[in-house]
Amino acid sequence: MSDTLIEQPRRTSSRTREDLLALAGAVIGSVATTWLFYTQILPTSGAIGFVIAWYVVFVVFYAVLTWLTQPLTVVVDRVVTTAVFAAPTLIFAALATVVVMTVWKGLPALSHWNFFTSDMSGVRAEDPFTKGGILHALVGTLIEMGIAIAIAMPLGVATAVFMSEVGGPGSRLVRTVVEAMTALPSIVAGLFIYTVCLVYLGMPASGLAAGLALSTMALPIMARASYVVLGVVPGGLREASYALGAGKWQTVWRVVLPTARPGLATALILGLARAVGETAPVLLTSGASTYFNSNPAKDPMNSLPLFIYAAFGSGSPQMAQRAYAAAAVLLAVVLLLFMFARLIAGRRKLR
Amino acid sequence: MSGEPPSAVLDAPAPEEPATVDVDDVPRIIRARHSLQDAVFVHTARGLGLLVLVIVGSIGLFLGLQSIPTLRHYGLSFFTEFRWLPSQDVIGIAAVIVGTIQVALIALCFAVPLAILTALFITDWAPARLRPLLIGVIDLMAAVPGIVFGLWVLFLIQPHATLVAHWISKHFGWIPLFHVRTDVDFPLWNQAPGYPSYAGSAFIAALAVTMMIFPMATSVMREVFGEAPAGEKEAALALGATRWAMVRTVVLPFGRSGIIGGTMLALGRALGETISVVLVISQAFEIKPYILESGTATISSLIASSYKEASPAQLSALLTAGFVLFCMTLLVNSLAAVIVSRSRGNEVSEL
Repeated sequence: MSDTLIEQPRRTSSRTREDLLALAGAVIGSVATTWLFYTQILPTSGAIGFVIAWYVVFVVFYAVLTWLTQPLTVVVDRVVTTAVFAAPTLIFAALATVVVMTVWKGLPALSHWNFFTSDMSGVRAEDPFTKGGILHALVGTLIEMGIAIAIAMPLGVATAVFMSEVGGPGSRLVRTVVEAMTALPSIVAGLFIYTVCLVYLGMPASGLAAGLALSTMALPIMARASYVVLGVVPGGLREASYALGAGKWQTVWRVVLPTARPGLATALILGLARAVGETAPVLLTSGASTYFNSNPAKDPMNSLPLFIYAAFGSGSPQMAQRAYAAAAVLLAVVLLLFMFARLIAGRRKLR
Repeated sequence: MSGEPPSAVLDAPAPEEPATVDVDDVPRIIRARHSLQDAVFVHTARGLGLLVLVIVGSIGLFLGLQSIPTLRHYGLSFFTEFRWLPSQDVIGIAAVIVGTIQVALIALCFAVPLAILTALFITDWAPARLRPLLIGVIDLMAAVPGIVFGLWVLFLIQPHATLVAHWISKHFGWIPLFHVRTDVDFPLWNQAPGYPSYAGSAFIAALAVTMMIFPMATSVMREVFGEAPAGEKEAALALGATRWAMVRTVVLPFGRSGIIGGTMLALGRALGETISVVLVISQAFEIKPYILESGTATISSLIASSYKEASPAQLSALLTAGFVLFCMTLLVNSLAAVIVSRSRGNEVSEL
């Protein structure tokens, strides 16, 4: 990068004091008006209704205040700006409440250490939080994740290499089919494994079946994402490699894959994070056990999403709190994977 | 994307020709003999690619084949019958198809405006320092498991959302869409027994689905909006346009394909969303326009709730339902891919 002639976009935000005062006046006035009418005079109640009513009143006030001194185009701009700020605020508030609610409701169970070190075998729903935990589900999630990594990742990357680097007959067909199968809903992937492995082949409900279902779901997604990443590798690098006399394998192994490695890792980890959180395929294939089982080939194996679903379905308030605690752990697992992906992607930018 | 045959990579750039000469540039054919290493690599990659093709393709084929006995047994009534009574051999997916589409469309009504506004906020309103953070949060949101959003809607949102639904049906109940077949003058906490209430409706399930599809729609739209030509944006601002006028005349026309494509991708995801819907709805097989009324069903909720007791014949009926769902998402996704790839930046966002 040359640091001499970078064109800087001019700063377009020039707030005057009048703008700020109009904004502040509209906020204060609308809160007061809405509170007075919504809670005191009109027979209305409810938090969502209050926020909606406040927003409408605020926009009207703000528009009128602006209209007193500004032309109509500016009024329209201001009104749209309020909407553009309101939408992300709403979403981030929602996301924040998701996290806070999950952790808050799960805190009673999370605060006991045994929640991470024991399983639920022999624990009744009404037992206090000093008994029982989610070790079995946590280990099950990790094992199923491992199976998905072992199956979907190599096949996904190999397919992407085939589609993008090798080409030749069949690559178009593979690409079309893989792209089509990214549309496969997770529940249908689960139902497929359930029918083929459990019903026809007579496999027991097990971690292996769940891992297969997750792989089925994740394979097209990972192959497609890797393909996109490989496509971003500059063609000049490949040409340089060929020009130096390298063969195809050497080019792919020494040039293309190392260049794409951070992007590949990010794509694969994000695909994995999505697979880990899926409940539907696991629900159909693994069986919600209560006891610790580290053998994926035999016996049901619980996992975090399934534990949440089953604990929640049991209807007991204690189990519901355990479900929230498990949901907090699941969120933490996803967050960890995500941070890991970011870390790898961030290293690329430094170079 | 890079679909060129590998031999083109090896080509030297064609010498400069005068523009008037009508001789086409024909890439010269290079016959490279693969070394043993390369031959092994090419064949392994092709083999793995074809293996994935077989695996992935067989899933689609299997689902398709499974639907033949179902269609032979139930005939066309499979698509027109709305009841699902396996014990009386009355099975049809009319109600669940309608329910699936209803939930998905309501979710789109919430998610698409929010996604457009948020994407605009990220590309055109937010300060540049904040942008990576916002993008990161949206990406992280895409990885939040559906079951967590399901719990969130069930516990935090539903009590408030039913109030809103009650208010809407009370004042706008004359519109069939918002009608609820109960006495709306009863307060919410005192519903007449035996009548439908407001909890567990398609509307409330759609809130959970909204949270699931919003991040994907936003990231597709953000990418396309971000590629809007800076020169034209600057030109609009230089001519005195307000920011909204600039967005309306430059960014939105440029990003139309992104809006449509993002919407379609989100729709494909919404159709297949399972677990958050299963948690929220109270399942009812009925074709009705009343979206605020308790009780609905989607294809995925049908599969999740009835795979366990299914006989082999019913299992194949469920697989047929899954196949129909897959065809719907496939159609929607393919349309989305075509639309997004038509935009100038031809990179589809990673899923």
